[in-house]
Amino acid sequence: MSHGTALGACRALIVRDLALLWRRRGDALNPALFAVMVIMLFPFALGPEPQMLGRIAAGTVLVALLLAGLLSLDALFRSDLEDGSLEQLVLSPHPLPLLLACKIAVHWLTTALPLLLAAPLLGELLFLPPQVLGTLMAALALSTPLLSLIGAVCVALTVGMRRSGMLLALLVLPLYVPVLIFAAGACDAAQQGLPVAAPLLWLGAALVLALVLAPLACAAALRISLS
Amino acid sequence: MNSPAPLEAPALLQARGLAYLRNDEPIFGPLDFALYPGEVVLIEGDNGSGKTTLLKVLSGLLAPSAGSVLLNGEPLTLARLSHQVALLGHLLGIKAELSPLQNLRFAIGLGGLRPGITPHHALKSVGLDGYEDVPLRQLSAGQKKRVALARLLLVPAALWLLDEPYANLDREGMALVNRLLEVHALRGGAALITSHGAYAYTSGTPRRLQLHAPAEKAA
Repeated sequence: MSHGTALGACRALIVRDLALLWRRRGDALNPALFAVMVIMLFPFALGPEPQMLGRIAAGTVLVALLLAGLLSLDALFRSDLEDGSLEQLVLSPHPLPLLLACKIAVHWLTTALPLLLAAPLLGELLFLPPQVLGTLMAALALSTPLLSLIGAVCVALTVGMRRSGMLLALLVLPLYVPVLIFAAGACDAAQQGLPVAAPLLWLGAALVLALVLAPLACAAALRISLS
Repeated sequence: MNSPAPLEAPALLQARGLAYLRNDEPIFGPLDFALYPGEVVLIEGDNGSGKTTLLKVLSGLLAPSAGSVLLNGEPLTLARLSHQVALLGHLLGIKAELSPLQNLRFAIGLGGLRPGITPHHALKSVGLDGYEDVPLRQLSAGQKKRVALARLLLVPAALWLLDEPYANLDREGMALVNRLLEVHALRGGAALITSHGAYAYTSGTPRRLQLHAPAEKAA
């Protein structure tokens, strides 16, 4: 009798989650559309002066993408909990943190990556200064996986509750603040022509730390939620 | 309930003083029992007597409040979940958006494959021939249950924990469950089945484990 390999289990999980997303592909664009809508609200509220919008562009794009990511976060484990797939995942002979890392990776690829690709367009809508775009993209590339990983731990904690949407936001947003500060700091430095390496390196370090620790915390939180 | 233990065959599953409390309310226990290879045991009890909770504790999903579970003589802990247990709960653990074949392939990837069987064979033996690629949401509740039963056939688990396996099934489906259980027992596997009384296990006289709601116990 063979239990298969952990790698095989990860592949099966990724294939299944991608197949599920393909079935629900109509929903996949929603976070990106939400981010575009939020971005469009700012010129309406603050007026269309390019100079002012250019100054707030990077920060606005960061916040819009953060909120869009937050909206899609609740779906990470919800359907798996409702149909019992989560129990089967926990009972599988393979390391749960590894499987959850795969789930989070698929989630990031399918919700955050489209947002990341839309970011230059969003920046253009707000007259983002061209010299900031590179830094903004680098900051987003480092911070969106970080947000997904931190968010996943909080989702795992709240998934057992019936209506956890608002609670999840209250739990996650304070944890997102440091990430936002470093990402915005990098964009700010780029805007003033200062070196941007330090905040980006901080984000990178935090990402490495989260890559290792978040799946472990997520697994522990899920076991608590299931009991 | 203790059965005469043949010394040469170790118990597949053994519960020692097993109890579970939720918010200090006893759900079941303390229970002492053993399950040997080739045995099918019915867990009987009224609604709320803790049958489902007992299965969750035995599978390792819940940590017992007292006592211990031994699998092949080794303690079962939350950190080291057993690889020999297949749980079929009220929630079937299958995806409505995917086809039976996709669901089974995922189950194999996650839990491994018993030698000598393919997903196609398993679907055929639960009577879902021709439904391989139909999305599950188009199938009836009984057919979904059959997909979950096909998963049991594929995954190499010696111990089956089945929560109300007869629910939603027609007469033929119940016979199918009995057939699967018989084959599993003959192979040296064991199964624990919950039922709220209207059980349909007909082959032989299985051992029974009676659970009572805590209120009754106090009376």
